Amino acid sequence: MLRFVLRRLLEMIPVLWVIVTATFFMIRFVPGGPFTAEKAVTPEVLRNLEAHYGLDKPLHRQYLDYLGNLLQGDLGPSFKYANRTVNEIIADKLPTSLELGLWSLAVALTVGLTLGVLAAIRRNTWLDYLCSSVAMTGISVPTFVLGPLLVLFFAIHLGWFNASGWYGPADRVLPAATLGCVYAAYVARLTRGGMLEVLGQDFIRTARAKGASEVRVVFRHALRGGLLPVVSFLGPAIAGILTGSFVIETIFQIPGLGREFVNSAFNRDYTLVLGTVILYAALIIVLNLVVDVVQVWLNPKLKFE
Amino acid sequence: MLKPTSLPAAAPVELEAGHSPWGDAWRRLRKNRLAVAGAIVLLILGFLCAFGPLFAQSYQEQNLDLGATPPSADHWLGTDTLGRDLFARILYGGRISILVGLVATFVALAIGVVYGAVAGFFGGKIDSVMMRLVDIMYALPFTIFVILLMVFFGRNIVLLFVAIGAVEWLTMARIVRGQILTIKKMEFIEAARSLGFGKRRIIFRHMIPNVLGPIIVYTTLTIPAVMLLEAFLSFLGLGVQPPMSSWGVLIKDGAEKMEEFWWLLVFPGTVFSLSLFSLNFVGDGLRDALDVRSAKD
Amino acid sequence: MRPTTLACCLALGLIVGLAGCGRSEKPAAPAATGATPAKAPMIFRVGNGSEVQDLDPQTVTGVPEHKVIMALFEGLVTENPKDLSPMPGLAESWTISADGLVYTFTLRPNLRWSNGDPITAPEIVESFRRILSPSLASEYAYLVYNFVAGARDYYEGRLPDFAQVGFKAPDARTFVVTLNHPTPYLLKIMASHYSWWPVPTHIIAQHGPLDRKRLPWTKPGNLVGSGPFVLESWEPNKLISVVRNPHYWDAATVKLDAIHFYPTEDLATDERMFRTGQVDMTYELPNTKIDAYRRDYPESLQIDPYLGVYFYRCNTARPPLNDKRVRQALALAIDREAIVKHVTRGDEQPAYAVSYPGNSGYTARARLTGTIADAQRLLAEAGYPGGKGCPTIELVYNTSQNHRAIAEAIQQMWRKHLGVNVELRNEEWKVYIDMQQTKNFMMQRGGWIADYLDPHVFFEIWESDSGNNNTNWSSPEYDRLLHAALAAKTDAERYELYQQMDAILVDELPVIPIYYYTKVAARSKRIKGFYPTLLDNHPYKYIHLAD
Repeated sequence: MLRFVLRRLLEMIPVLWVIVTATFFMIRFVPGGPFTAEKAVTPEVLRNLEAHYGLDKPLHRQYLDYLGNLLQGDLGPSFKYANRTVNEIIADKLPTSLELGLWSLAVALTVGLTLGVLAAIRRNTWLDYLCSSVAMTGISVPTFVLGPLLVLFFAIHLGWFNASGWYGPADRVLPAATLGCVYAAYVARLTRGGMLEVLGQDFIRTARAKGASEVRVVFRHALRGGLLPVVSFLGPAIAGILTGSFVIETIFQIPGLGREFVNSAFNRDYTLVLGTVILYAALIIVLNLVVDVVQVWLNPKLKFE
Repeated sequence: MLKPTSLPAAAPVELEAGHSPWGDAWRRLRKNRLAVAGAIVLLILGFLCAFGPLFAQSYQEQNLDLGATPPSADHWLGTDTLGRDLFARILYGGRISILVGLVATFVALAIGVVYGAVAGFFGGKIDSVMMRLVDIMYALPFTIFVILLMVFFGRNIVLLFVAIGAVEWLTMARIVRGQILTIKKMEFIEAARSLGFGKRRIIFRHMIPNVLGPIIVYTTLTIPAVMLLEAFLSFLGLGVQPPMSSWGVLIKDGAEKMEEFWWLLVFPGTVFSLSLFSLNFVGDGLRDALDVRSAKD
Repeated sequence: MRPTTLACCLALGLIVGLAGCGRSEKPAAPAATGATPAKAPMIFRVGNGSEVQDLDPQTVTGVPEHKVIMALFEGLVTENPKDLSPMPGLAESWTISADGLVYTFTLRPNLRWSNGDPITAPEIVESFRRILSPSLASEYAYLVYNFVAGARDYYEGRLPDFAQVGFKAPDARTFVVTLNHPTPYLLKIMASHYSWWPVPTHIIAQHGPLDRKRLPWTKPGNLVGSGPFVLESWEPNKLISVVRNPHYWDAATVKLDAIHFYPTEDLATDERMFRTGQVDMTYELPNTKIDAYRRDYPESLQIDPYLGVYFYRCNTARPPLNDKRVRQALALAIDREAIVKHVTRGDEQPAYAVSYPGNSGYTARARLTGTIADAQRLLAEAGYPGGKGCPTIELVYNTSQNHRAIAEAIQQMWRKHLGVNVELRNEEWKVYIDMQQTKNFMMQRGGWIADYLDPHVFFEIWESDSGNNNTNWSSPEYDRLLHAALAAKTDAERYELYQQMDAILVDELPVIPIYYYTKVAARSKRIKGFYPTLLDNHPYKYIHLAD
């Protein structure tokens, strides 16, 4: 297994290189640049700006410079936020997104797994329909509707929370609930589906016939195989959750990385786009690796290859 | 989906003439009341969106003096801020949303399932390269990708499907691959191999049908995601152009006005949820119907 | 089964309905947060739109930056809180030479930066050398070098010696500016635009070469300013906090203890923060909320005139818009009253001319007049009777619900009255700007918000070689009048020339004016010393909060 993990980590290098290269050139071909503004910058000023950021050099030169700095861990200056570097921005915002992400993930897994397992073991009963309906509601109410609704009710109507902000522990509740609900719905549906596949199998019947308790059957045997699709889904989903959600962070005015992700593309903040993409890519790769390891663990018949 | 009992599916032609597994599935599906109800609702919605606009009021005729009005006898679901009939707009929007939901999801489904199955089946270096490609696709910045697409290809509906398909197939591929890996080593696949079946036949005839459960579930989850993604793409300028609208865009607009004009969110939202619920029950029913054992339970 | 489905949809409806009810019950308004003890610091909390790029007055652009910098820096001349007319700031007095070219300012005695160091005239000269240095690449450098003698040559490298540029400091308290040509509105720019406000060059130099971009001198703890407040903390995307500057020359006037700027990008969030009492004033109010505020919180709804015009920009090189009769027909077929009343809803004034009416005593006499019948006749004369044969007009706007609603309304008006087909197309902001500046469009939504308080601001952009014209329209006569206006001896003479220019614009219509902006915000009635001004600038030192 160690060899498997090491080999995969080595594979990360070419993958990241492809991602960095593709992103670097893609963003340069998008119309508009970091200094495109409604009140047109005069040509002389634009020349000076480009000279300062090295944008006047040939594109391949800029690319090699960027790679060189990247190898030294320098993600460069932000184009939009003049007195900050991309390293500073990521270091500053990532912890907030991580915290929000972990809370949301806790909500998603607790609620999602509970609903999913309940629905599966009481299949086609009212409990199943209830759990499935709750999950479907979570999917059909988008975050940009759910977030404001929660704020209107709990912050403005009841006055229990701030409408937005990221100060005390109470400010974690509404954003984590909103973000968690969406993923909970996915987890619930996938868990139910996965569990149903397993519950009908012979080895479960055998276990039951041998007198294993229902709890043991569900948690020792069924959940293991039933979680497979959930795990496949969670890899990329967790990378998304941890690097922040643009909608949630905007609605709740949270200083996280998700806003930088989206806004950097809109601002044509070339270096910040690359910085956030690299971070996300690394997370995706690592989490997909974790998924592959967990899949083997869930199904001992598999081997690392 | 670990389903040794579905071995008959491996050689159905010789064994059961006139009593195909698909026929069984169809019979089981019809017995599932929830699924039938869902299917009926979907049919009605589809019919209304396809033909309703012929009878409903104009979706673009404005009445600025009227402005946003709550439901009334003239306008069953009220009017939007420009005084347009919301009922007509929902019907027209449904055309776009259903089209996008079905076509884009189908694109994602087709690419994702085949890709995931091939990667999982061959394993080794092929799997490794294919999955790293998926990692790369995940990480590329979507906004920039979409803007670039529009720069190079202009804006049209095909591009919309490509853009959505390009992101939505990835998770599908990973799920299918994970499932394929687990059934690859099972006896009935070994049996098929030993019978000398071709790789293509094994993948498409024996493996994919055995991982249909998670595929169906994830597909029903993809459709709403796709419909909402369309609203984001129309923010970037790709997608429906006004005065035409879509459910995603109507809901997004309604969300901004929900306190003032509740009907602008509630009605599009309800239609959207209704179709998703129905879709899901049909999906569950399909899953059950295609599951051989469940019939015996 | 079906009941379950139904029940869930009902539940969804219920949640929405419930939340809707919350509104009508008037939650505890911001005023109710006054549970604080009497001696609590007086903190003014405002929504500030979006995260600021930086706080260096010489390198930033944008309104959120302006709002914070107004608290931290001051110009030689500053704004009267009621009408923004220039009044003494860092300079206690000034004289202007008879030819209008030489301005001599006398600094206040004992003037200090916020760290206690003295502010002297030579340092102010250094400050202008900084904004004019090419390597600083200040976006607003042109607002300085367009006027000051030798400044442009220095900026573009033709004049190596800064001593020959029109900034001089004969002694520690005297600062002299020499201009290229008389500029009747120079003091207004100096008062309202931060590019003219001095920065502490001796502090900046501690962090690196003066003309280097991106020095960390603006970080909290480093930043030193000249304004009524000083930077206390700056947490990106969360909060910027400024507190009183004890060394400010007019510290006795300052009433607030602190100002908190919240960079709330989402206007709906900003508005909800107002309702929970987290802010005293929003950055803006979404126009969907205007009616609700009129009904529920009329005392918090503030609508002020705002010096800007909303228009449709025509590419006059593309048929059919190359024919001015078509542009006139389109302009006449817009029902502007209906748009401001039913679509924008913020008490905007319909625009029948390009320049803003009543700006510094100037109102255009020229005015778009004509009926729908005139519009139809003009279109027919242009060769498209009843819209027949008229190419489809592609109208581009940047993505926003408001722009879309206006475009949809106008699309219908043109279709109905003229038979002209319009295709709407929205674009992401930078793509939209890029299309505009490369003139790659047929018709585009546009707007112009004034940087300073003078009619000139609405005329300079339509000059043939202006970087902001972007219509392919040019008129030698117009350019001649513009230069003549700058050389005019009196305002009356100058305004007469502007009248002729407005007449040309209304006849040629490179842009089709639609309405004049207003500034709509939710503002607590506790805020005192806050006056509506055309630029939406509100000097903070006069503001206080009543209990």
